[in-house]
Amino acid sequence: MHINRADGTLDPSLDPGLSIDQLVSLYKAMVRTRVVDDRLERLQRQGRIAFHVGSMGEEAAIIGAAAALRDHDWIVPCYREVGALLWRGYPLQRYIDHMYGNAGDPVRGRQMPDHTFSREHRYLAVSAPIGTQIPHAVGMAMAAKKRGLDECVGVFFGDGATSSNDFHAAMNFAAVYQAPVLFLCRNNGYAISLPAERQTAVPRLSEKGAAYGVPALRVDGNDVLAVWKSVREGVRRATEGDGPTFVELATYRLGGHSTSDDPRAYRGDDEVERWRKADPLRRLRAHIERRDAWSEAMDADWRAACESEVRECVQRAEETPAAELGDLFTDVYAEPPWHLREQRAQCLDGPRAEGEEHEP
Amino acid sequence: MTSMNLVQAIRSGLREAMRQDDDVMLLGEDIGKLGGVFRVTQGLEEEFGADRVLDTPLSETGIIGTAIGMALHGLRPVSEIQFADFIYPGFDQLVNEAAKYRYRTAGELHVPMVVRTPYGGGIRGGQYHSQSPEALFIHTPGLKVVCPSNPYDAKGLLMEAIRDEDPVIFFEPKRVYRAVKMDVPDEPYAVPLGQAKVVRSGAQVTCVAWGAMLYEAFSAAETAAGQGVDVEVIDLRTLWPLDIDTLVSSVEKTGRFVIVHEAPRTCGFGSELVALLTERAFLHLEAPPVRVTGWDTPFPLTHEREYLPLAHRIVPALLETARY
Repeated sequence: MHINRADGTLDPSLDPGLSIDQLVSLYKAMVRTRVVDDRLERLQRQGRIAFHVGSMGEEAAIIGAAAALRDHDWIVPCYREVGALLWRGYPLQRYIDHMYGNAGDPVRGRQMPDHTFSREHRYLAVSAPIGTQIPHAVGMAMAAKKRGLDECVGVFFGDGATSSNDFHAAMNFAAVYQAPVLFLCRNNGYAISLPAERQTAVPRLSEKGAAYGVPALRVDGNDVLAVWKSVREGVRRATEGDGPTFVELATYRLGGHSTSDDPRAYRGDDEVERWRKADPLRRLRAHIERRDAWSEAMDADWRAACESEVRECVQRAEETPAAELGDLFTDVYAEPPWHLREQRAQCLDGPRAEGEEHEP
Repeated sequence: MTSMNLVQAIRSGLREAMRQDDDVMLLGEDIGKLGGVFRVTQGLEEEFGADRVLDTPLSETGIIGTAIGMALHGLRPVSEIQFADFIYPGFDQLVNEAAKYRYRTAGELHVPMVVRTPYGGGIRGGQYHSQSPEALFIHTPGLKVVCPSNPYDAKGLLMEAIRDEDPVIFFEPKRVYRAVKMDVPDEPYAVPLGQAKVVRSGAQVTCVAWGAMLYEAFSAAETAAGQGVDVEVIDLRTLWPLDIDTLVSSVEKTGRFVIVHEAPRTCGFGSELVALLTERAFLHLEAPPVRVTGWDTPFPLTHEREYLPLAHRIVPALLETARY
């Protein structure tokens, strides 16, 4: 499905009719996520943060889907969807604090950068093994259904995850129990270095839905309107008792898999250049400019505002002390058993590693 | 009070937990109409309906993975993994997901769920229907591991495990599923997690066991008594978190101990118990610690009675330790 054409016009037969204000908000959120990504990548290159996994090129797929879900619907992320969390109003400072693992990090310095979480924003905690979150989303959706809640769950994963054991189990359970869940497959072309066409022998990942009895469709994941419309339709189906939907969001990862990756080893510049022309930001901008709701000057102002916001958050994060050492031992169990109380005391009383100057 | 075997007591615990709390759900293969391959859940689908007793597709990953999602979203799922030997497809979900949610959400979310699974040998089940993988889960921070030996404890520990706020792996000793009967209250009750029980007090050697091997340890202790050796037998009941105090005070008294378990010896839970007791009661020890365990081989069929640490192997260990 394509709605937003490269020249900025919309296919009137498919236009879901979002207001111009909504479209401008989506565009601004996409730009803000891109600016944050750029800055974090540079911070990693400078050795100021350990790692970053960005979403350059996939902003429409991520933010468009988040916008189509309702705010009380849980988002179960893979690890590249912080744009969806920011869309829900998660404070940027909290995210940057997480990237630094400092005392402001909501997960207390326990997780690698980009493995954040917010219960308040109904954004589940990231784990790194691929595909494991998909059955959790199905279980949450089954729970919502059993409890009679008007909720569905949107679970993100990449093309690589469709090969995982957990994907298979989750699709099967979701269909058998008609769970109100949306499988949001960001097909960004590569699972680290393996191209999607070598991940699976089916030409479209959406074909996998049929094997499980999960209605599935493939949309242009760089077209925020097509993403929004297909995900909103999945929400409608889920909440009307029609069960799960699989949406393949066909997009492209313009950057590396993460800051540890070197994509030049497995793909050519010409391919990347081709996809740069399909940049989702460009297409949406062309549309809102056509409708005189955006301009070159507004774009420059907004980017500058985002950049200064990130700069301030980074500065504050760097001034914030490290996460508490004693927190290493909490939240393993509801109540720390004797062995953790004992080990905590041993750790706090023991010698400090080099660079661990802070007092417990 | 009704005289119940382990299967009946576990079923009674599930039934009472489901009557008490509408959020308790059962998931597993063949647990509905059939009542599970060991019939533990017999009659529960009839009483509570197919939307609370889910006869699931055949996938341990799916069972445990969706149960985690349910637990995250307010339910209290109790999954049955048909045999402990089949738990490994769900191992990643238990070790990387269930065990770590509380930690990775800084306590904002947690996974109150129970995974029940029959474990252990002695039923002529060979290498895929006999394993005792408890040490793998004890080694995982964030999981609790329970292993009752008798019907009364099984019901009380299970009800407590279902109410517990952390994920619990509940190992059921299938060798004695129907071999032991005792009076069990029909009403709900709890046996607290984390408390071992001295089932036979003695002065000369401490013998630690759990699950099906408790009976072998007990019988070996009786035989040893006939030869003048007074053995204290401890049933761990909860393997982790461990009731270290009960063990240490027993070993401080006896100065000698023998650990019995079915799992292979190397890196079995016995290894950790030996380390802990040696660290804490070193100056009380009068004999080297001894482990009577399964061998470091896959679980066999024909010679399973030579693989298992049955009384014929425990008795000499007790006598030698006492006389060291």
